[in-house]
Amino acid sequence: MYLSSFSRWMLRGFTALVLVVLYAPILYVARLSVNTSKNYAWPPRGFTFSTWNHAVHEAGPREALTHSLQTGAVATAIALVLGTLAAFALTRSRFFGRNAVNIFIVLPIALPGIVTGIALLSGFQRVGITLSFTTLVVAHATFCVVIVYNNSAARLRRLSPAVRDASADLGADGWQTFWYITFPLMRTALVAGGLLAFALSFDEIIVTTFTAGVGYKTLPLWFADNFSRPNAIPTVNVVATFVVLASIIPVWVAQRLTDSDSANR
Amino acid sequence: MGRDQGKLTPAESPSPRSGLRRRASRFFARHPGARVGAQIGAPGGWLLVVYIGSLTALIVTALYRLADDPTGLVTKLDTTIGFANFDRLISEPVYRNVALRTLQAAATVTIIDAIIAFPVAFFMGKVATPRTRRALVVAVTLPLWAGYLVKGYAWRSLLDPGGGALKQVLGHTPGFGYASSILVLAYLWFPFMVIPLFSGFERLPTSLLEASTDLGAKAGRTMRSVVLPQIVPSLVAGSIFTFSLTLGDFYMNRIVGGTTEFIGNVVYRQFSVDLPFAAAYAVVPIVIMVGYLLAVRRTGALDEL
Amino acid sequence: MNRFLRWGALGAIAVFVFAACGSSSGSAAKKKPTSGKTTGGSVSILAWPGYAENGSTSKDVNWVTPFETESGCKASVKTFGTSDEAFQLFNTGQYDVVSASGDSSLRSVANGDAAVIDTAKVTTYGELAPFLKSKPWNSVDGKVYGVPHGWGANLLMYNDAAVTPAPDSWSVVFEATSPYKGKVTAYDSPIYIADAALYLSKTKPELKITNPYALDDTQFAAAVALLKQQKPNIGEYWSDYLKEQEGFTKSSLVLGTTWQVITNGVQADTASPKVTAIIPKEGSTAWSDSWMVSTKSKNVDCAYKWINWITSAKVQAQVAEYFGEAPANLSACTLTTTKDFCTTFHADDKTFYGQLAYWTTPTTKCLDGRTNVQCKAYKDWTAAWDEIKGS
Repeated sequence: MYLSSFSRWMLRGFTALVLVVLYAPILYVARLSVNTSKNYAWPPRGFTFSTWNHAVHEAGPREALTHSLQTGAVATAIALVLGTLAAFALTRSRFFGRNAVNIFIVLPIALPGIVTGIALLSGFQRVGITLSFTTLVVAHATFCVVIVYNNSAARLRRLSPAVRDASADLGADGWQTFWYITFPLMRTALVAGGLLAFALSFDEIIVTTFTAGVGYKTLPLWFADNFSRPNAIPTVNVVATFVVLASIIPVWVAQRLTDSDSANR
Repeated sequence: MGRDQGKLTPAESPSPRSGLRRRASRFFARHPGARVGAQIGAPGGWLLVVYIGSLTALIVTALYRLADDPTGLVTKLDTTIGFANFDRLISEPVYRNVALRTLQAAATVTIIDAIIAFPVAFFMGKVATPRTRRALVVAVTLPLWAGYLVKGYAWRSLLDPGGGALKQVLGHTPGFGYASSILVLAYLWFPFMVIPLFSGFERLPTSLLEASTDLGAKAGRTMRSVVLPQIVPSLVAGSIFTFSLTLGDFYMNRIVGGTTEFIGNVVYRQFSVDLPFAAAYAVVPIVIMVGYLLAVRRTGALDEL
Repeated sequence: MNRFLRWGALGAIAVFVFAACGSSSGSAAKKKPTSGKTTGGSVSILAWPGYAENGSTSKDVNWVTPFETESGCKASVKTFGTSDEAFQLFNTGQYDVVSASGDSSLRSVANGDAAVIDTAKVTTYGELAPFLKSKPWNSVDGKVYGVPHGWGANLLMYNDAAVTPAPDSWSVVFEATSPYKGKVTAYDSPIYIADAALYLSKTKPELKITNPYALDDTQFAAAVALLKQQKPNIGEYWSDYLKEQEGFTKSSLVLGTTWQVITNGVQADTASPKVTAIIPKEGSTAWSDSWMVSTKSKNVDCAYKWINWITSAKVQAQVAEYFGEAPANLSACTLTTTKDFCTTFHADDKTFYGQLAYWTTPTTKCLDGRTNVQCKAYKDWTAAWDEIKGS
C-alpha cells in the first residue's frame, strides 16, 4: 500500500506521542523514587538515593517480590503444560463440543477478575480447602492457561502438517515427532506465551486478594498494603521502578527469541 | 507408516520402555479420539473442576438467601432456591444504573483504546523497520510490569485538581470522577489492545496491500476494504481484554474515580455482608461476557487472545 | 537461534531464580506461617495495617519479632483494609486473633466466630481504660468478647484558609447549601450512616434518635436521605488515609471526616496548607478496636500471649505512636517518645471521650433498648450505602 511520506510522518509522530503518554506516569514514579519529599508532590523536590538505599535493606518488598516470582513461576509452569495440551487437542482435531471447550478455556480471562476471585473463593470454601500458596497458584494458573493456549495454538495452526507426516514416514512415533520436530518449532511461542502469562500473574491483584493464603503477600498486595500507610510512598516507587527496570531483560530477550524465530521461518 | 523402524539410531532401538511408548503411540495414531481425550483430559478436567465448578457454585449461591435470624447479623445461608436476589436487582434502580454505567465505561474504554491502538499497531506492523518494530514491541509491553496500583496512584497524583502535574503543566485536569476512571483504565489496558492488533497487522501479507494499490485503490480505500476486514478478529480479541478488565475493575474508582461506582465496587462491598446477593450481581458481568464471546466466536477472535 | 540470546535468556532466568532463592532463604528463617513445630506453638493475627508490624513495612517498626522471641510463639500477620474484610476473613476460621472495630465485632459474635474472653488470662486487663471495657461493641449480654486495643474519634478536619468562618457544626458537610461543594470528604463505609444519624439527633429532635446505631425505619430513611443530599458535596469518599491526606495536602479536599493520625500527617507536611480538626457541637462518632479470639483457634495459649503482649504498656506506646491513636492502656502514656502524645490524642480526657458515639454493629434488636420496633441491621446499612454511592 502506498503511503505518502506525510502519512508516514503522521503515524510516526502519533506513535511517539502515545509512547510519551504511556511512559509519562512511569517516569514520574521513577523520578519520585529519588525524591526528598515523602509524598506525591508536584513538582518533585530534591534528589536523593537514600530511599533506594533504604529499600534495598527492607525485607518486606524483597519477600513480596519473591512471592510474586514464585507464584508466577509455578502458575506459568502449570499453564504451559495445560495450555499446550489443550492447543494440541483443539487445533489438530475436530470433535463434538470443540467450540464449547474453546469458550471454556477463554472464560477465565474473559470474565472480570472479581467474578473469578469470588467464584474460586466460594468454590474452595465449599469443599473445605483453606487458602494457601496452592490455592493462589491454582487460581493464577487457571487464567494463565488461555494465554499459553492461544500462543501455542496459533503456532500449531501455522505449522505445516507435511512436517509431521514426513517425520512419521521416517518412522518416528508420536512422541519422537513431538520431541524432535514439533516442540523445537513451537519453543518460541511457548516463551512468548509463558512470559505474557507470567506478567499477567505478576501484576494480578483482584483474584489474588480473594485466593492468597494467610500472610502470603505478593507484590501487588504489598503495594496495596503500603498505599494505606504513611511514609511508604517513596519505597513503593523504588520497588516499582526496580521491577520495570528488571523486567527489561526478560522482555527484551523473549522478544529477540520470537523475532529471530520468525526471521528463520 | 511403520516401515523401516530398525533404521533409527541404536539409542532408539526398542527397549521394553520405548516398546510401551511405541505401542501407545500406535494406539493413539489409530484412535485419534483417544489421543484427543488424553490431550484435553488434563486442561479440560482442570478447567471443569476448578473453574466451571466454582462458577456453578457461585451461580447456585445466587439463588440462595441469607437465613432469617433475630439479630440480622448472621451470614448463614438459607439454601432454598429462589429468585429474590434477582428480583431485587431488577426492582431497585440503583443496581441497574450502576450496571449500565459500568457497561458504558467498558464500551468507552474499548473504543478509546481501539482508536488509539489502531494506527500505532499499523505503524508497528507495516511501516516501521524491523529494528524499530522490535524496540516498539518491547516498549508497549514493558509498562505491564510497572504495577497496576503504582500506575493508578501515579495518575492520581497527575490528575489531582488541587495542584497535580496536569493542572500545573497543561492548565486543565478532569479531576477525580467518571472521566478520570475512563482515562486511567484506557491507559492501563492499552497494551492489551495494541499487542493483538500488532500481531494481526504483522500477519497481514504486504502483497495484499500492494495488490490493492496496484488495482488503483487509495490508501483510505485499502484501509477500509482490505485491512479492516482482515484485522477485525484481532480488534475483537483486544476488545475482550479491555472490555472485561473494565467490567470487573473496582480499584481505579477508589483511586481516581471520585464518587463513581461500578459493579465491582458493589460486589466487593456486598460479598462479606450478603454473599448470595453479591453472587447474583456477579452473574450480570458473566452474562454480558458470555454473550459477547458467543457473538464474536464466528469472527475467530477467540484464537487471537 | 542466536547463541548469545540463548545465554541471555538463561542468564535472565538465573538472575530471577537466584533473587528468589537468595531472599527466601533469608526470610524463611524469620517467619513461616503456621509451621506449628516450634516449642511455643503459633498464632495467626488478623490486623488493621499498622497494628501488628513485623518489620516487613520498615525494619525499624517491629514488635512482632520481639513477641516471637519472648513468647516462643510463631506469629503470622494478615492485614485488612475494611471492617467488612476483617469480618469475612475472621469468619474463615483461619485466624486466631483479630483487631476488630465495633462495626464488625458483633457480626463475628453473632456468627459464632468470636470466643468469650477469659479476662483472668488477660494479665493487662486491669490496666486498660475502664471506659473501653465491656462495652456494647465488645461484649454481648454481659459476656466480654474483646480486649480494648486503642481508639480514635471521627473528627471534622478543615483547611483554615479555605473554610471561613471556621465551622463548629457538621452542617457544612451535610447541608445542600454547603459552600464547599465538591471539596468535602466522608468515610467510605456503611457505618458512616451513623454520622448522619448523629447530626440528625441534634438537628431534628422530632426523629427521637438516641443512639445513632439504633435506627428504626423512619430514622434510617431520614439519615439515608441526608446522605443522598450530601453526595453532590462530596469530592471523594476515603477509606485509606493516604488518600485523604493527599487530598488535604493538595487542597482538592478542604473539609470532612478525619482521624487524628491523618491530621497529624497533613500538619507535619510543610508544603501543606494549615488544617484544624475539631469535634463539632453535635459530637462525633468514634472507633474503638478490640482484640478477639477465634472460636476455632487451636492456638488459644499463643492467642492470649499475643493479646497480653499487644496490650502491655510498652507495646501500646509503640503501636499507638506508629498508628496514631489513643492507647487503651494508659500506662503507655509515660512511655511514648513524643511527650504530649496522649494529650494530642485525648487518651485520658473524659470530656473528650464522653461525647463520642463509638462504632457498634447495628442489629435488628435495637441497641438503645427499644423493644417495640425493629431496627435496621448492618446488611440494611450496606444496601443503603449501595444506594447512596451508586445513585
